[in-house]
Amino acid sequence: MTAQGKITSSFDAEKARADFEILARQVYGKPLAYLDSGASAQKPRIVLDTMRDFAQSEYANVHRGVHFLSAAATDRYEAARRTLQKFLNAAREDEIVFTKGGTEAINLVSYSYLAPGIQPGDEIVLTVMEHHSNIVPWHFLRERQGAVLRWVDVGDDGSLDIEALDAAITTKTKLVAVTHMSNVLGTVTPLKEIIARAHAKGVPVLADGCQGAVHEVVDVQALDIDFYAITGHKLYGPTGIGALYAKRAHLKAMRPFNGGGEMIREVMKDRITYADPPARFEAGTPPIIESVGLATALDYLMAFDRKAVAAHEHDLLTYAREQVKQFNWLRVIGDAPGKGAILSFEAEGMHAHDLATILDREGVAVRAGHHCAQVLMERFGVASTSRASFALYNTRADVDALIAGLHKARGILV
Amino acid sequence: MDNALRELYQEVILDHSRHPRHHGVLENASHKAEGYNPLCGDRVTVYLRLDADNRVADIKFEGRGCAISQASASMMTDMLKGRTATEADRLMTGFLHLVKGEDASDLLEDDRERLEVMGGISEFPMRVKCATLAWHTYRNAVEEGKNAVEEGKNAVEEGAT
Repeated sequence: MTAQGKITSSFDAEKARADFEILARQVYGKPLAYLDSGASAQKPRIVLDTMRDFAQSEYANVHRGVHFLSAAATDRYEAARRTLQKFLNAAREDEIVFTKGGTEAINLVSYSYLAPGIQPGDEIVLTVMEHHSNIVPWHFLRERQGAVLRWVDVGDDGSLDIEALDAAITTKTKLVAVTHMSNVLGTVTPLKEIIARAHAKGVPVLADGCQGAVHEVVDVQALDIDFYAITGHKLYGPTGIGALYAKRAHLKAMRPFNGGGEMIREVMKDRITYADPPARFEAGTPPIIESVGLATALDYLMAFDRKAVAAHEHDLLTYAREQVKQFNWLRVIGDAPGKGAILSFEAEGMHAHDLATILDREGVAVRAGHHCAQVLMERFGVASTSRASFALYNTRADVDALIAGLHKARGILV
Repeated sequence: MDNALRELYQEVILDHSRHPRHHGVLENASHKAEGYNPLCGDRVTVYLRLDADNRVADIKFEGRGCAISQASASMMTDMLKGRTATEADRLMTGFLHLVKGEDASDLLEDDRERLEVMGGISEFPMRVKCATLAWHTYRNAVEEGKNAVEEGKNAVEEGAT
């Protein structure tokens, strides 16, 4: 591998980069090196344009009016659902529930699927590398209903031990809730194997796909997964929208979460009947413009050879790892085989926030802190880390800016 | 290096953060409080011994954090020691104004000169909480920390700046 960045795939990152106007801006007079897509990705022009065009020409509320615009908007909203169906390869479009994000998707499973049947002592299996959004909803069930959280550790390299996970699944287990890709370590979990092991014991599986769906091709049918949560804004789409994939049989058995318009069949003074899924779980006016934006983002992403995109992101990770080897004061956290394009590290003598402040002034945007993964921080004995996360629009120049910034920070702080 | 960064990470600040003054547990504390910044996970514990006139007879802090929070805590302990409650109040109010880039002319001239090194933080709004954590924890120790010494509790979360 050379520093010039030999093109190893059919994916042209420079060309894709031009689709993201914000990446051309400067911060503090320096070119922007945006390495925080793991927190939120930038949006390509076509997503922004399509949302604006839709709002200017076809917008109205959905599923309500009989008028022209309402019909047009409803068509677009339901078409967006089919785009998500395609993206996740769901068997049916009504297995896709729009939510306001990944967090709401997981909370929906907690409230509507798991909570009604939870007895004290029932167990939920999680890994220590979960994001708080895949921890706190289960803590609610612990606090309120006496559920027990069973934690599966990761190895020092951040990899998940499938045998340890298997051993944690008992006759009391009601759900395995596991990330598809760790937002700190980059570890990609062996979902197919996890699901096979859990199903062998009759236990359903939820995957937090907020990171995983961005970097991996997801096929919910091939996985045979029960629940898969995604968020729009990490997928180059807008904020305020996400989705839950759930098997039809689960959705039909689930009680409503939020109550309001759109989710009912009939409301009387003394009784109420609910709409069928997915409408049952989409109370109130949904994120309509955002649904169109998300569908556009997914079409944008699917138009690429996604394996080539993943190879490009992985090349950046490998390049960055090679570069940081020169720093004997830097410890990379997360080194699992096949990990995704996330580089978390701790730097001796430099607190993550000081480092991030100095990098910021060099135009380099990284995340510093606990990454909403305090259980994992505890596992690795750190209060916080710095994290560079790579997206399809990043190039080796971004990595070079990070490395130069690290040199500079060292010079200032140590 | 750009000027704002040079201002922020002055040698005085780095020296305080590398070699914090009054660092450790104050064995005969009369008041204490714990501060926590949920954004970064940094923690600080401030121990005080207030004499009969509410003068800060002794003060120490414990904890780990970024250069800004450590330097701020270290300077704070240096400057608060020996002050009466009223003097300490004035100092803290002035400090909070200073790091937010507001008018800090109510500070005594000596204090203003010593605290000037922290003024650079006002250019970094995302970092103001790092600088104020120890001070808010100190205030919490004075106000509610008397029983905390016996009960082993009293926590403040760095929400407001």
